[in-house]
Amino acid sequence: MDRFVFLTLDGLSRGAVYAAFALALVLIWRAARVVNFAQGAMAVAAAYVAYSVSAATGSYWLGFLAALGAGLLLGAVVDRVVMRHVDHASPLNPVIVALGLVLLIQAVLGMVYGSEFRPAGTPFSRGALTVDGFALVSPYDLFVFATVAVVVGALAWIFARTAVGLRMRAAAFAPEVSRLLGVNVGGMLTLGWALASGVGALAAMLVIPTELGLHPHAMDLVFVSAFTAAVVGGLDSPPGAVVGGLVVGLVLSYVSGYAGSDLTPLAVLVLLLAVLLVRPGGLFAPVAARRV
Amino acid sequence: MSATGAAAPPRDTTSAAARPAVRRRGGTLVRHLAVVTVAALVVLGLSYALEPFRNFQLATVAAYLCATAGLTVLTGLNGQLSLGHGALMATGAYTVALCQGAFYDNGLAGGLLLPVSLGVAILATVAVGAVVGVAAARLRGPYLAGVTLAVAVVVPALTVTFDGVFNGEQGLSVPVEPPPLALGPTFPYERWQLWIAAAGALLALLLLANLVRSRYGREFRAVRDDEVAARLAGIHVARTQVIAFVVSAATAGLGGGLLAVLAQSVSPGAFSLTLSLFLLMAVVIGGLGRLAGAAWGAVLLVALPDLSHAVTEQLTLSPSAAQRLEGNLPLAIFGVTLMVVMIAAPGGVQGALARLGRALLARRPLRRS
Repeated sequence: MDRFVFLTLDGLSRGAVYAAFALALVLIWRAARVVNFAQGAMAVAAAYVAYSVSAATGSYWLGFLAALGAGLLLGAVVDRVVMRHVDHASPLNPVIVALGLVLLIQAVLGMVYGSEFRPAGTPFSRGALTVDGFALVSPYDLFVFATVAVVVGALAWIFARTAVGLRMRAAAFAPEVSRLLGVNVGGMLTLGWALASGVGALAAMLVIPTELGLHPHAMDLVFVSAFTAAVVGGLDSPPGAVVGGLVVGLVLSYVSGYAGSDLTPLAVLVLLLAVLLVRPGGLFAPVAARRV
Repeated sequence: MSATGAAAPPRDTTSAAARPAVRRRGGTLVRHLAVVTVAALVVLGLSYALEPFRNFQLATVAAYLCATAGLTVLTGLNGQLSLGHGALMATGAYTVALCQGAFYDNGLAGGLLLPVSLGVAILATVAVGAVVGVAAARLRGPYLAGVTLAVAVVVPALTVTFDGVFNGEQGLSVPVEPPPLALGPTFPYERWQLWIAAAGALLALLLLANLVRSRYGREFRAVRDDEVAARLAGIHVARTQVIAFVVSAATAGLGGGLLAVLAQSVSPGAFSLTLSLFLLMAVVIGGLGRLAGAAWGAVLLVALPDLSHAVTEQLTLSPSAAQRLEGNLPLAIFGVTLMVVMIAAPGGVQGALARLGRALLARRPLRRS
């Protein structure tokens, strides 16, 4: 029983990160109708920036802020320099361009930092606190929960309560009308990319210390898991992404705890296929009329 | 999925669909046979003219060509994006390794065993491709890309999970027969490898070229351009998509099997996600939906790492920096080229060549008649 509790808490902590990462995917999907396959690579790039800054200054928190800033900047640059110019007539085109970006970013990281695993620091201990001899949750897990909760809350506040959030939603929902009403649609799109990339960078900062370490490919499997989470919740739904992330985190935690950690990639694939075949719109999709 | 988009210019569709009507029956097969025969003779000549290492590189091109040709049919002509072809190649490669290993352990020998292994590899990949394809037929755009991406990430990991069969990270060795003695005792092994790989690739290309010009090819394109219209025209959309995926998987399996034969070993590292991305890039840069473009792509896949090696040798760097640069320069070049091609020249190399050819022909209408 205590093992079950431990795995549940561990899964929720993993799931919180997947939720944040899935939220980043959903943000871009809602703003630009693009699934950003380069999200993982962009987030790793931001994490490497944090690594360099932390190594130079000796402070985890300066690195953390640097990663956030790098994430925001990278998102805006990617939108302005690359994605803005892609022909969206076929849905394949943005995906292929994003994959080109993945190769480029991973290659540049490989050239600068090499492809060995680098240890990533944590601000709090990852040793579990024990209550009555039960290993429950580590301070680092609590830090993850708190950070993700703040991010989710902040995003909800921005989109629901602020004028900028309203403009962003309008620009995504009805670009032409918004433009006529004086909304800077292109700017809102860039802002959306920057926000999403910043959230992705944050998720990478949270998840990389719990995996093998910093590596140009560190986020490949995390990306697949987060994509699964976004699909579970429905690509269009931010609350769905959060719930999907927690579900995927729990499933992966149980699979690796009870069946062996080697099986987690397979579990992701099976879960993704099952959701897409049974309920392609995700668990939170509204009942859609026939799409043509 | 209604728009053709930049992935394939609409002009291609009409001209390709109109062509068989003009030609007499059977002309397509004869033409393709002629092209393949000429290509085979050229490869035969090259295999004697080139040094062994170049022979080996050309054989690798042929192995990649199988996979890129299948992928270009699937993505360019049927509009299904697959990021999982590296995993399908891995399926073929591991099947060949297991078959050859089993034959070798049981003391079997003979020239026919390799074709049998490759055949089994194709069957195994067809089975895997059918499973993925059935799922893929229900998925569109980014969802399909996500699932195939998961396949590409997961399949190499399976070799570690079931390391009793696949021997984990080390992989398996592939025992291959030496060239037959009838060819002479000093016959270079690389030339023999080139013959095997080229035979497989040309056969696959011949079949694909005929398929593309057949009723099935037209159905592939119809489904890509407009599913609803295709359905109204009496085309079974899901079945067409599954057929396209299975055909593409079969060639990827053949390519993977040939790659295993060439390297004489298989390991999960050779079939990572990067390989899948490389294949996609090769077909996009070569020109999506064109078999000739797939050939350009396959050549690039082999030539670019070679070129970057030559470039890094010119620079004076510390050994570790040189190693990093050499390993990553082709990736960076590929990534940039992919984005530039996709944004600026969606037809790729073959599209540019075709445009150039048309421009030259248009300038001299008299010579043409």
